[in-house]
Amino acid sequence: MNTPRSAYFAGLRDQMPGILGNVPFGMITGAAAVAAGVDPLLAMAMSIIVFAGAAQLAAISLMAQHAPGGIIVLTVLIVNLRMMMYSAAMAPYFRHTPLARKWLFSYLLTDHAFALVTTKFDKHQVPQHIDAYYFGATSAMWVIWQIALAIGIFAGTLVPAKWSLDFAIPLVFLSLVLPALTTRSHWAAAIAAATAAAFCSSLPLRLGLIAGAATGVIVGLLSEKFSRQEAKA
Amino acid sequence: MNGWQGWAIVICAGLVTLGVRASFIVLPPHTRVPTWLLDSLKYVAAAVLPALVAPDVLFRDAPVGETFNLYRIVAAAVATAFALKTRSVFGTLALGMAVLWLLKWWSPLG
Repeated sequence: MNTPRSAYFAGLRDQMPGILGNVPFGMITGAAAVAAGVDPLLAMAMSIIVFAGAAQLAAISLMAQHAPGGIIVLTVLIVNLRMMMYSAAMAPYFRHTPLARKWLFSYLLTDHAFALVTTKFDKHQVPQHIDAYYFGATSAMWVIWQIALAIGIFAGTLVPAKWSLDFAIPLVFLSLVLPALTTRSHWAAAIAAATAAAFCSSLPLRLGLIAGAATGVIVGLLSEKFSRQEAKA
Repeated sequence: MNGWQGWAIVICAGLVTLGVRASFIVLPPHTRVPTWLLDSLKYVAAAVLPALVAPDVLFRDAPVGETFNLYRIVAAAVATAFALKTRSVFGTLALGMAVLWLLKWWSPLG
C-alpha cells in the first residue's frame, strides 16, 4: 500500500470474496426484475442509478404490485437508511478527500465496503492511500454487480412465470437479515416488525411496511433499554 | 410500471439513496452525530427486511379463497432454519426455491 496503484489492487483483492459472494444476489435481482414485469432497460438503469441490491429488490417487488411511486421511493429510503450509519462511520476515513470525490465515494458505498474499511483500518490511523484502496474495492464491486445483474436480466427472460422466481426476493431478504440478528433486541425488532407488517398488510398504499418498520425500531430500542436496566439491577 | 413513471421513480430512488449515503461523509469533519439517531439506525435493517418479508411469504399468491400461502410459509421456514445455521445467501436461496417447487409440483394436496 505504498503507492496509489498498489493500494488500489489491495482494496480490490480484499473485497474480492464479498464481490464474488454478491454475484448470485445480482443475478437474482436482475431475473426478479424481469419476472416482475419491469422493463429490462429500466431494471438496468435502476441498478446503475441506485446501486443498492436490497433496495432494488424492494422496489421491484412493489412495482410488480403497482404500488404508487411515492411509496416505492419511501420504501427505498427506509431500506437504505442503514447506510446513514455507514456514512457516519466512514466519514473519518475521508477527512482529507476532495468534496467531489466524497460524492463519488458515497455513491459507491455498500455494506461490504463499510465492513471492509472499518474492520481493516483504525479511523485514527488512516493510511495515506485510503482513497485508492477504497476505490479499488468499490469500483470492482460496481462493475461485477452490473455484469451479474445484466446476466440475470437476460436469464430472467428465459424463465417461465410459473417458476415463481419472485419468491427469491423474500428469500434473499431472509438470508441478509437473519445473520445480522446478533442480540436479543435485534430479534425483538425483527419479530415485532414482521408481526406488525403482517397485521397491517391490508392497509392501502403498502403502508403496512412503514407501520412494521416503525414498530420494529421502537420495539428494538425499548428492548435495548430494558435489557440495559436489567443488567444494572 | 414502465414508461416515464418508472424512470421518475428510479431517479428519485437514486437521489434519496445518494443522500443517505453521502449524509455524514460530505458534512464538514467533526460534525457530531446525535446518539439517538445512531441508536435507532441500528434497528432499521433488522426491522425493515422482516417487514418486507412477512406479507410476501404469508399472503402472496395464496390459493383462491384462502388467506395464507402454505407452500411459501413452509419453504420460508426451511430457508430460515438453513440461513441461521449456514449464513449462506446462495444456499438459502437455492433451498427455499427448491422446497417451494417441490411442494407446488409434487404435493399430495395438489
